[in-house]
This record gives sequence, C-alpha cells and structure tokens, in this order.
Amino acid sequence: MTTKDVVFGALGLLACCSGVLVVTARNVIHAALWLVVTLGALAACYLLLTADFVAWVQVLIYAGAIVVLLLFAAMLTRAPVGPGQDLDSGNRPAAALVAGGVGVTLVTLLVQAFRSAYVDLDRVAGTGAGRPIGDALFRSYVLPFEIASVLLLAALVGAIVLTRPEIGRR
Amino acid sequence: MSPAYYLYLSAILFTVGAAGFLLRRNAVVVFMCVELMLNAVNLTLVTFARINGTLDGQIIAFFVMVVAAAEVVVGLAIIVTIFRTRQSASVDDVNLLKY
Repeated sequence: MTTKDVVFGALGLLACCSGVLVVTARNVIHAALWLVVTLGALAACYLLLTADFVAWVQVLIYAGAIVVLLLFAAMLTRAPVGPGQDLDSGNRPAAALVAGGVGVTLVTLLVQAFRSAYVDLDRVAGTGAGRPIGDALFRSYVLPFEIASVLLLAALVGAIVLTRPEIGRR
Repeated sequence: MSPAYYLYLSAILFTVGAAGFLLRRNAVVVFMCVELMLNAVNLTLVTFARINGTLDGQIIAFFVMVVAAAEVVVGLAIIVTIFRTRQSASVDDVNLLKY
C-alpha cells in the first residue's frame, strides 16, 4: 500500500461522507457548503490521477462559480434555512429502492469489468498538464470547443431573457 | 496502482446523487444532486483517461463541465422564474402538467 493509496482512501471517505451530508442536510446553505467539500475532494482525486488541469478547472468552475450560483438561487428563492422544514419528498422507500438498484448495478458492473485493471505509474503518457491539454483541445477538439462557446453564449442569453419578464412588454 | 477504486468511489457518489435527486423536494438541492452525479461521471472519465494513457477522457470531462455550467445557469433561471409565479421552490408544487 503506497502513500497515494492512503491519500486516496482518505479523500474517498471524505467525498462519500460529505456527499451523503449534501443529500441529508436539513439546511440548504449547509448542503451547498458540503457540496464544496465534495467537489474539493474530487479535485484532489483528479490530482492523484495526474489530471492537474482538470483539477484546477474543477476548483475554479465548480467550487468557485457553480456553488456561488447555487447559493444565489437559494437566496433568491428564499429557501428554508431553518431546520425541520419539509425538504424531503414523500416517496422515500421508492427513492431508496431505485438508488440502491442503481448502486448495486454500477458497483457489480465495475467490479466485473475493472477488477484486474492496472496502471503502470512509470508510464508518463497522458499526463494532464496545461500544455498537452491545450494541444489536444485546439488540434483534435476545435469544433466541439467552438460549439461549447456558442452553447455558453446561448445559455447566458437564455438566462437573461428568462429572469427579466418585463422584456418585450413595454 | 489499481484504478478500480476510483471507479467504485464514483459509483457510490453517483448513487448518493441519484438518491438525493429522488428524495429531496427543494429544487435547488435537487440541482446540487445533479451536480454530484455529473461529478461522479467526470471522475470515471478521468480514470478511464488514466487507464488508457490518453487525454481524451480529460477533454470530455471539460466538455461535461461546460455543459454543466450552462445547465446550471438556465436551470437556476427557470427555478427563479417558477418561484416568482408560484411562490415556491418545491418540485412538488410544480404540478400543472399532471393529469
């Protein structure tokens, strides 16, 4: 057992526990803050997988921007911040059944498929530093990159139009 | 290094996110659970990239992040609009398409 395995074990435990707390927290703001912990642990997992650039993008986009957006939405919808509000829906047994089925299916599938998978740590190909990522992104993946930029613009315009009902009524 | 443990972690996280998606009633928390599931899938993509020694999985993880950002922006705008008209952020109150 190497140091990496120990670190990964700790990070995995942290991600799982904070993920469960996101789902079970009675307070919406607490759920968002536990989500930050989960995303940070996942970013550290990306670092362990030598995907440096993905890890920092994860910190910037997810832990930075998306969680702030979620907090803004919680504030704008005057989410119940006190404990004991009716946050859970009534179909708890059905939800547990479906989620348990999903979990059993995924874990058995992955155990069957990747039990003997092994990564040679000495092989340096495929490291996720900025330069190889940029090379791949602007050589093989230019078209999806441009489409993604158009998608982001469309989402931006759509959000502005959706949240300003007075547009077009004057 | 055995990459299977990363895949097990992502399966567990996906399950937790799916359970929360089905269980919670507040639309914002439902969105957080969707983000949890997207992150679990991103972890599998990066792990596959590591297994194969290529960068393709990481690039696809980037595009998943872009789509997730767009989805969050539009989704939260829809939630805020629904809150304005119905004074509630609960997914059970949005029932006009029922029956």
